[in-house]
Amino acid sequence: MAIRQISVFLENRPGQLAEITRILYENDINLRALNIAETADYGVLRLITNHTSLTLDKLREAGYIANISEVIGAAVPDRPGGLASLLSVIAEEGIDVGYMYSILGHTGDLSYMIFRVTDCQRAEAVLEKHGIRTLDIQGLGIH
Amino acid sequence: MERYYQREIECASSAEIRKIQEEKLIKQVRHVWENVPYYRAKMEAKGVSPDDIRCLEDISKLPFVTKDDLRETYPMGMLAVPRSKVVRIHSTSGTTGKRVIGYYTQADLDMWDECCARALIAAGATDEDICQICYGYGLFTGGMGIHGGSQKVGCLTVPMSSGNTERQLQFMEDLGSTILCCTPSYAAYLAECILERGLQDKIRLKAGILGAEAWSEEMRQDIEKKLGIKAFDIYGLTELSGPGVAYECSAQNGMHINEDHFLAETVDPVTLEPLPDGEQGELVFTSLDREAFPLLRYRTKDICVMSSEPCSCGRTHKKIMSLRGRSDDMLVIKGVNVFPSQIEAVLLEQGYQANYQIVVDRVNYTDTIEVRVEMTAEHFSDSLAEITEMEKKLSADIKTMLGIHAKVRLVAPRSIERSEGKAVRVIDKRKI
Repeated sequence: MAIRQISVFLENRPGQLAEITRILYENDINLRALNIAETADYGVLRLITNHTSLTLDKLREAGYIANISEVIGAAVPDRPGGLASLLSVIAEEGIDVGYMYSILGHTGDLSYMIFRVTDCQRAEAVLEKHGIRTLDIQGLGIH
Repeated sequence: MERYYQREIECASSAEIRKIQEEKLIKQVRHVWENVPYYRAKMEAKGVSPDDIRCLEDISKLPFVTKDDLRETYPMGMLAVPRSKVVRIHSTSGTTGKRVIGYYTQADLDMWDECCARALIAAGATDEDICQICYGYGLFTGGMGIHGGSQKVGCLTVPMSSGNTERQLQFMEDLGSTILCCTPSYAAYLAECILERGLQDKIRLKAGILGAEAWSEEMRQDIEKKLGIKAFDIYGLTELSGPGVAYECSAQNGMHINEDHFLAETVDPVTLEPLPDGEQGELVFTSLDREAFPLLRYRTKDICVMSSEPCSCGRTHKKIMSLRGRSDDMLVIKGVNVFPSQIEAVLLEQGYQANYQIVVDRVNYTDTIEVRVEMTAEHFSDSLAEITEMEKKLSADIKTMLGIHAKVRLVAPRSIERSEGKAVRVIDKRKI
């Protein structure tokens, strides 16, 4: 099942990330994954937290522009070549990846990657077919 | 049914208006000749005396007056009546170092109020209306000018002055204000606040009289849609009186000049030759019946087209069309004339807010222009590629509009300072 990711528009100025993480802390929100893409002038912060709607509300209240997009999580064996084999499946199956990043921490011998793809359902089905575990929100402890 | 404040004069035939103007001009030239030595010297230098002014066309014999003349005669050198006759002054902000003080007799104030009353009625005002004035009161002409007009119409006049947005919204809601008078940029900001707080249903506004800065048609539509009002432009200068020199009517297509009080010409800004109606040129005004501070052929630096086409509202006075802003606001970038309102039109067309800033600089002897635009929730995407695309699209449209490349920089919402009076649109860092 697809995971809901929160994206936030960041202007490049000092202290902005500190402010956002403080807002999360004040609302008892826990981070599951975090990624920043930036240009010289601005950035896009992508977050997965344990309370998606609450995070979105609180950030918007604080004046941030934030929205939701769907991404998928896929298990990667925590050994050399683990990611290479996953990516070769994605390449073979022609799944279009916008961007990817890793989830904080890992369970046992598996870590997880987040993929932004155009069709989450199809991508998940394809990965499962190749025996690759995909993550759902329960797996991430998201409410 | 179109309503007027003074129907006979507002709808007078062009022959009647011409007759009024001619009589007043002849009298006014004599008035300044006799009472302002500076004018007399200027006229003598040009070899012209009041006897040479017998009809309207003779105006072209008179010398022009510019802001430099006003600076040279500061503070009282242009005063044309004994000081005991003067009852009030107003002044420009003087931020560009060119402060101008205008002097008013009681008759001058009455005339000014009358001009503003015409503007208010053209915007639909009646004695049932509640007119909230958020132009600054004090030396600035905006507040007290509209105030006088509003009282003449019989509106319940709310003299808020500028600033304190919380209080503005509170009064707007509690009193049920129906007419808003402020700068277009402040109206846009108020609209933003109203939508944000979900106050739409509590606001009773029907019209806005928005002046003191140039704005685009796109900005008008944006404000009208957000506030659910009709927005009217109004024009004026402290040098001539203040707001109400010209104003929009129900046609919302150009501003009628109060021609019985102000004689307008358009001239070529370089050769200073008078231009026919319909041709773009610099606006030049003669105040026909000001007593304390009369100006003959004052160069406004405003670039516009004047139209004498009949108007659907029935008013016959000529209109100022497509006013793009003061030539003072005009930027010359890489040799190209740029008006902030042109950039504003592109932004609004693509769904961005009317809050923007233009930063001009010179790097390695080449002008650079950066347009700072606030990101909106509708435009935002988690994909950097898509945001970059949006910047490119804005930049491309600006290039089509102006013919020069501008870097577009998307910034965080509300990071561009809101103005309570005239908005600061341009930061020119060039040291020339």
